[in-house]
Amino acid sequence: MSLVKGRTCSESCMELLSLELVHYYARQNNIPAPAAVEAIGFRVGRQLAERYTANRARLGEPLEVIKFICKEFWAAAFRKQVDNLRTNHRGTFVLKDAAFRWLSKLSVDPLPPGVPAGPSPVAELARDYLILPCALIRGALVHLGVEATVTADASNLPACDFTINIKSRN
Amino acid sequence: MDAINAEIFTLTYGSMVRQLIADLEDVNEVNKQLDTMGYNIGIRLIDEFLAKSKTGKCIDFRDTADKIAKVGFKMFLNTSAAVANWNADSTECSLILEDNPLTDFVELPENYAGLSYCNVLCGVIRGALEMVNINVSCSFVKDVLRGDDVSELRLKLLSQMHETYPYKDDD
Repeated sequence: MSLVKGRTCSESCMELLSLELVHYYARQNNIPAPAAVEAIGFRVGRQLAERYTANRARLGEPLEVIKFICKEFWAAAFRKQVDNLRTNHRGTFVLKDAAFRWLSKLSVDPLPPGVPAGPSPVAELARDYLILPCALIRGALVHLGVEATVTADASNLPACDFTINIKSRN
Repeated sequence: MDAINAEIFTLTYGSMVRQLIADLEDVNEVNKQLDTMGYNIGIRLIDEFLAKSKTGKCIDFRDTADKIAKVGFKMFLNTSAAVANWNADSTECSLILEDNPLTDFVELPENYAGLSYCNVLCGVIRGALEMVNINVSCSFVKDVLRGDDVSELRLKLLSQMHETYPYKDDD
């Protein structure tokens, strides 16, 4: 079942906005860029989760919430489902998206001749652009009652791994 | 064009405006930054517009305004604007937005009455046109969020640089 309904806009609107968002905060010297982008994404994640779950029964266990994120939430926000979900059964979940939509147009400027390339220039660049989606996911999780940290690893683009670490409840 | 549900875009935009207000603490500065961000978006967006809109060269500024209102807004925001209030020289007009997705979930508190929430659109139009050698100024003169009946963008042609080579057949 798709959660996408109502008004549409072109995908490039979202691409251009998130691109400029990263660029804007990179230009500011006095504002910590990751924190600002994270705050923006976190709010949106909460709002989206609220809207996407308005007409359904409450999600209970964290596993149920994670499954919802992998399927419905991912499809609505990132246009496809997560391809693979793995867990260590101790609160860590790895969500693998074989072709993460938001990074599909990422490309690295070619280095000038003679300059040695770093370990993974694309992953380095992708880090800035992954703050927003990670925050989005974290916001959605928190709204659904799961406190967690979300990190992403894009060293095998176009595939991207998102790691969710649920904070243990004492 | 690939379409997505607009809410993720409009909510992200709203969250960004909120963050700018928190960071900059001055609505005039926020308006300015939104315009600059729009400009940076516009200079990229024009490529996609030219590549995908399949429209020809604009005959005059009236034609340009029409294409922005009917093709541009439709392509990106899936809405359209009306062009109205031309001046006698055809260098100034208004784009009237009756239906603006950016404002879908928005209400402005009274103390932010000076905020031009959709100012990014002005920057986008200015930046996109600059890439095709048309210099314009663009600003909101009416805004539904501030209690007006419609949102109205005033578009003013400042200068137009003509490419001379090799378009001899126009002479």
